[in-house]
Amino acid sequence: MKFAVVVFPGSNCDHDAYHAVKHVLGHDASFVWHKDTSLGGADAVILPGGFAHGDYLRTGAIARYSPIMATVRSFADGGGPVLGVCNGFQILLEAGLLPGAMLRNRGLKFICEDVRIRVEETDTAFTAACAKGQTLRIPINHGEGNYFASDDVLDALERERRVIFRYVDAAGQPTPEANPNGASRNIAGICNEGRNVVGMMPHPERACEGVLGSADGLVLFESVVKTLADRGGMAVSR
Amino acid sequence: MSTFDAATLERHGLKDDEYARIVEILGREPTLTELGLFSVMWSEHCSYKSSRVHLKTLPTTGPRVLEGPGENAGAVDIGDGMAAVFKIESHNHPSFIEPYQGAATGVGGIIRDIFTMGARPVALMNSLRFGPLDEPNNRRILSGVVAGIGGYGNSIGIATVGGEVMFDETYSGNPLVNVFCLGLVKADGIVRAKASGVGNPVYYLGAKTGRDGIHGATMASAEFDEASAEKRPAVQVGDPFMEKLLLEACLELMKSDAVVAVQDMGAAGLTCSTAECGARGGVGIEIDVSLVPVRETGMTPYEIMLSESQERMLLVVKKGREAEVERIFEKWDLHAAKIGEVTGDGLLRVKNQGEVVAEVPASALADDAPVYHRPFAEPASQAELRTMPAPGAAPAPRDAFLQLLSSPGIASKQWIYRQYDSMVRTNTLVPAGAGAGVVRVKGTSRALATSVDGNGRYCLLDPYVGAQLAVAEAARNVACAGGQPIGVTNCLNFGNPERPEIMWQFAEAVRGIGDACRALDLPVTGGNVSLYNETDGKAVLPTPVIGVLGVIDDASRVQSRVFPGEELDIVLLGSTKDEFGGSEYQKTLHGIIRGVPPALDLDRERALQSLLVEAASKGWTRSAHDCADGGFAVTLAECCFGSGGGATVDLAAPEAGDPVAAALFSETASRAVVTAATGQIDTLLERAKALNVPAAVIGRTGGARIVIRVAGREAIDCSVAEAEAAWSQGLKRYFEGKVA
Amino acid sequence: MKARVFVTLKPSVFDPQGRTIVEALHSLGYGGVGDVRQGKYFEVEVDAASADEARRLVGEIADKVLANPVIESYQIEIVS
Repeated sequence: MKFAVVVFPGSNCDHDAYHAVKHVLGHDASFVWHKDTSLGGADAVILPGGFAHGDYLRTGAIARYSPIMATVRSFADGGGPVLGVCNGFQILLEAGLLPGAMLRNRGLKFICEDVRIRVEETDTAFTAACAKGQTLRIPINHGEGNYFASDDVLDALERERRVIFRYVDAAGQPTPEANPNGASRNIAGICNEGRNVVGMMPHPERACEGVLGSADGLVLFESVVKTLADRGGMAVSR
Repeated sequence: MSTFDAATLERHGLKDDEYARIVEILGREPTLTELGLFSVMWSEHCSYKSSRVHLKTLPTTGPRVLEGPGENAGAVDIGDGMAAVFKIESHNHPSFIEPYQGAATGVGGIIRDIFTMGARPVALMNSLRFGPLDEPNNRRILSGVVAGIGGYGNSIGIATVGGEVMFDETYSGNPLVNVFCLGLVKADGIVRAKASGVGNPVYYLGAKTGRDGIHGATMASAEFDEASAEKRPAVQVGDPFMEKLLLEACLELMKSDAVVAVQDMGAAGLTCSTAECGARGGVGIEIDVSLVPVRETGMTPYEIMLSESQERMLLVVKKGREAEVERIFEKWDLHAAKIGEVTGDGLLRVKNQGEVVAEVPASALADDAPVYHRPFAEPASQAELRTMPAPGAAPAPRDAFLQLLSSPGIASKQWIYRQYDSMVRTNTLVPAGAGAGVVRVKGTSRALATSVDGNGRYCLLDPYVGAQLAVAEAARNVACAGGQPIGVTNCLNFGNPERPEIMWQFAEAVRGIGDACRALDLPVTGGNVSLYNETDGKAVLPTPVIGVLGVIDDASRVQSRVFPGEELDIVLLGSTKDEFGGSEYQKTLHGIIRGVPPALDLDRERALQSLLVEAASKGWTRSAHDCADGGFAVTLAECCFGSGGGATVDLAAPEAGDPVAAALFSETASRAVVTAATGQIDTLLERAKALNVPAAVIGRTGGARIVIRVAGREAIDCSVAEAEAAWSQGLKRYFEGKVA
Repeated sequence: MKARVFVTLKPSVFDPQGRTIVEALHSLGYGGVGDVRQGKYFEVEVDAASADEARRLVGEIADKVLANPVIESYQIEIVS
């Protein structure tokens, strides 16, 4: 299958995502420039981490208006799998493809460290190969990962099982201590109503090889391969 | 009798004899703009006039050296047709004035030096010095510097993989911020900053020019005093987003052969880049400042030439290839302005709306700054410094151990490095805080290891030996990771060179670096000198910082310093003597810096490093950590932290007045603590013997305590949890819960 | 015409930067400071025939770009 990794000016985890899906997972991948309007026949789209437009004004605020985003929106509306990682998640929020907004980390500082996240639901395009309740050790690297939404929206997300990842401690519990950035209800990732668009703050593409410290992130990419294979009519070519 | 009065010349940092030289070179009096050009190019910061004569003595050649000092950065061959481009630079004075932006723009500057050579930056490191943290101002500066380094490096997407932080009173008014950057490029793809081809267009790329930083170069060449607060306008604001665009555009551009030369605009901005680029190529450059994109109104040619606005590059492009080049700039939404062309007359000619406002031989600016042979002499006070006072009351070893672990110089730096993205680009093989920085080289089986090290205390006591110890330590750290050291960059931070005692420190340190590099077969490929690091006549500890780069041929053999999970034999390589001069123990427990630094036998050091590299590559060892600040006990503790367990060891008692203290806390050089892979201990010990490296199995990893005996008698018995708590809070406690 | 746009966090959104400022002020002796909320200030120059048109145009810009309606609200002042 083919992955499209969208590149905005200032994206800097685009190569990490490309490397993970192409060289580690072994699938086809290409970079798509933000000014393009075609995804080049990709089966799945990744909006990578970084600092699109320097995070100026608000993170993701300018990138959401890039020409490629209209294409990403219709791809998503058609059920295409879209993964937004970190800055990518922020862009999906600003674009309204996912509900809520990102605030600055509660401690006001950028944080780079490994965290544990718990997989809450396995019926999304990016968690189909996970086990419910599975914990993954994945790094976070962000200054604005404090997920916020009004209580109404948060309650709806919970009701509709759209909270996909939560920060948890070693015992698998979403405690305040396990929350690195103040995100509401320890939310590390959510999905849309169609369950094909997933946004997450931790970086799974940085946890696909043991030599880097953890390979727990690989299963999220394997999930989308599985999802597309299960849908049938898709030649999952390597 | 000159056109300019004494006050003007002083403001420009030019002495009477220097001015006379300018008149002689031009055959006339200079214009104000020309005075400005000389002022910045002949400043200490740009011309190295006080240091050149000494730097010339450093070894700069070797079979792997592709580019030595003189270009924007150094380059060495790392095999597989690849080259590593690396350098370290300082941004000390601006970081005192505006910590966040001073540090951020320092990071921006060194990154530009790397990609200007066509190399993609892959790793950053930093070496920082601050005053004691119980002073709110020092905390404020440290916070700002760390936030600035993170803010810039994280945004542009280059992993900060390691560094060091040390403290001393002398850094209170003069923090040191040295930033190191490493990049990768194909060995035949290195782009140099040597203009050529008469008629080739000269392009300006990047941010618009404003009034920031004017006379920044002169500012970095002067000491601080009460009036420094007014120097605030001379600090630039960095824009990492702009630099990311520049980086990508330049790298894309440099893949084609349309580019003749590239130089970034750093200190002395447009003046330095045009003068140096022209001088290196033996050609002239003519530019018209009215074509330079400006963001403020009414800027004079003087201001445009001296501005240090950030994120700007100078490019010389092949005539006829302009369209190609402009297309790439457009893609990245960058404005490129053609501002001039290469000429054959060797002059830097500056026009404004077609009218010549300055015309100076480029080489006069870039190469012919006066070279000073400043007098130097060992100060009378040195003799007393070198005497060791009678030891004060010694605290119990366990208490000393915990006190050392919780002193900010030794304590965990996690509060700091957690603010740096150490993983972007997925190349980092050793997590932050676990030893030398290590990044893999994708597409090959190799990895590169880097370390930056310096010790101002040792250098105060003996600048020659202290500087050698810095070279040895940085190379040893790299060897511990399994890297064969192949190149050195240095950042020399000293006080006012017009004082003979400071010049003596500098000369001795350079002599030490040279001798150590020669003994360890390490070429110096470039670096930076920062002088005038003093306030009201009080200088910083002489602080040469050494960056060493090493190659690990098999990336799967990388080692960190942390003990692996299973129970293994612990081996101490090297032998311990009674050496406390300049040690962390002496400073933290007795508040003094006295005596002589640890002795350094470069043959022994070389043998140790060679053993470490071989042992890692052959899988004889599973972890390695060099003994440095705080001595063996601190080293052992650091190996335990993060391993999930402790260690139990029994050390031989060195000959000393207090053998227990010496065994635990002496800072004898050329030592390392390693764990032997199961079944490999005999092989390791045999090889050590053959190489004449003292080696002894001292104990085993495991358990939940750190137990250190000396000649069979218990000296320290402490739970790992207690030791780790002291260590993890040591620095952090100054910042959590504090507002400023 | 020139407009000033003040963007502030909605009252329901926790403002750690504002809180940090309050604590800093208190530690400097300004005990009388109750609360501080940090926001953003923009100066926007637009081509508009009238103050009403400017206000409408700037309002559109604020809605679309300058403020994030999930967490921020704004006020506009037309200067000239």
